[in-house]
Amino acid sequence: MNAYLPYVFCMILFCIGIYAILSKRNIIKIILGVVIAEYAVNLFFVLVAYKAGGRAAIFSETEVILPESMVDPLPHALVLTSIVIGLATTAFLIALAIRLYGKYGTFDITRMRELRG
Amino acid sequence: MTIESIVPLFVAIPLAGAFLITLLKRIKGIPDTLGVLASASAFALSIMFVLKMEMGQRVICNVGNWGGFQEVLGRIVGIQLVVDGFTVFMLVTVNLIAFLVAVYSMSYMTRYTEKWQFYSLFLLMLAGMNGVLITGDMFNLFVFVEIASLASYALVAFGTGKKELEASFKYAVMGGVASLLILMGVIFLYSNTGTLNMEDMTRILGSSENPVLIYLVFALFLAGFGLKAAIFPFHAWLPDAHPSAPAPISAMLSGVLIKALGVYTLVRVFYCVFGFPEKVSSIFMTLGALSMIIAVILALKQWDMKRLLAYHSISQIGYIILGFGIGSPLGILGGLLHLFNHSIFKSLLFLDAGSLEYATGTRNLKEMGGLSKRMPVTSWTTLAASMSIAGVPPFAGFWSKLIIILACIQMGLWFYAIIAVLASILTLASFMKVTRYAFLGEIRNKLRNILEVPAPMLIPMIILAIICIIGGVLLIPGVRQGFLGLAVEALSRARGV
Repeated sequence: MNAYLPYVFCMILFCIGIYAILSKRNIIKIILGVVIAEYAVNLFFVLVAYKAGGRAAIFSETEVILPESMVDPLPHALVLTSIVIGLATTAFLIALAIRLYGKYGTFDITRMRELRG
Repeated sequence: MTIESIVPLFVAIPLAGAFLITLLKRIKGIPDTLGVLASASAFALSIMFVLKMEMGQRVICNVGNWGGFQEVLGRIVGIQLVVDGFTVFMLVTVNLIAFLVAVYSMSYMTRYTEKWQFYSLFLLMLAGMNGVLITGDMFNLFVFVEIASLASYALVAFGTGKKELEASFKYAVMGGVASLLILMGVIFLYSNTGTLNMEDMTRILGSSENPVLIYLVFALFLAGFGLKAAIFPFHAWLPDAHPSAPAPISAMLSGVLIKALGVYTLVRVFYCVFGFPEKVSSIFMTLGALSMIIAVILALKQWDMKRLLAYHSISQIGYIILGFGIGSPLGILGGLLHLFNHSIFKSLLFLDAGSLEYATGTRNLKEMGGLSKRMPVTSWTTLAASMSIAGVPPFAGFWSKLIIILACIQMGLWFYAIIAVLASILTLASFMKVTRYAFLGEIRNKLRNILEVPAPMLIPMIILAIICIIGGVLLIPGVRQGFLGLAVEALSRARGV
């Protein structure tokens, strides 16, 4: 197995998300595209911190754990923050989708044409 | 009380205000009072900072007292808040506009229900913007950008009509993608340097060579922050989003949000972290010139007053980016002064558009006419702001445009200088149209009985108009050293010129 493969898959996932945002007409599918792209970025962040055979960054009295074999814990903490921000964005977008459906009676973005020019 | 302990208050005061408003919403008058008080105290603190700052000084505050690791580990652990000359300059600009807009909203927002939601979101947006300005940590920057953006998405949709919801959805999806690109850039930088602190990053990037990855990060940040700043070709959301918001929020979005989240972050990252390489400089200048000329041509055919102003925002952002792109001290001075001036006159113009809408109920220029007799204050302040944005001497906008054009000529960039002059002439033409159709000519019958707007709306407009007229004062040597000079010095030193 190529060691770079997980990163490549991650980027493919990101591209799928961007593709959905750009090409889909249904609002819900666009929101799903945003969510997929977001997950790809979060996954990528965790992958950056991955270390084969790594341990949690905690020293122990019973066994010797070298700092070199420890996994960097900072990206995991940051990913949590980023997931929560993503949750807020998604919740807001879905609330907007509900209101838009109430006004237009459709989820089709091409039929929402109030703004032009 | 030391000066370091004041720094977190720029975020804490608006944030506390936002939560108190949601708690005390049932008491009459509380949302307005708290909204004005919180923004006024943030403004007072920023003025105090200007008076206390000395040339080249940096105020650093370690959040949670995570200091002291620098000596042991050789790098900074924890989040640092850093205030230098550039930050202070931006803090004054943002908080001045926020304060005046909060006063204006007291009367204007009575047209909408649920005023407390408006003030709560407004203060949340202010907290996010101040956070972006004072932070010295890359991931923290991303978090504050998201706070300010989320609040602004909700504020654009505040009217909950068809147009508002559609504009907000467009804006939220574009903004969401921009945030993902920024986060991706931060991840690449972190994996390369092993730190999130901007100062450490500068040091590590300066001592090692890693060109391929750095260009990827350049592209991600340029697209991400460029989307937030709405420079060409990332501008598509702005002409929809800014006019759809309530007028005070349009003033905030066009006046300061795109600058704090877009221009400030672009300049901060590319000047202070990457040292502003030549390639980025030419990209900045090209994008700036394109935004300037394309947006102003699109603005000429608009009849909705707020939409016209939104296109001019893109065009004026082009001037600012061009000024920073030149990168000489004169260019930086011009970019900074134009940033300040633009936030003053563009907020004033949006507040004027709001007053016209408040009084006449329309934003279409074709349905107005002859309003100068019925609404003298609105008419005169619009005239002052129009002259300033078009660059007519001796108004403030003239000086900043003059400096940017001089900086172009000084560096031998004649082509960009000509484009800047051309865009300025087209701006004048389009504001002639506004004055002609809205204020001059015969008054329409159905507009015969309209009245001037109430005093809380007039006072901020008059203050902004006075700054528009006397803005050139900032260039007098004694005043320049204390305010603009601090920022120019901070940026020139970061670039190493």
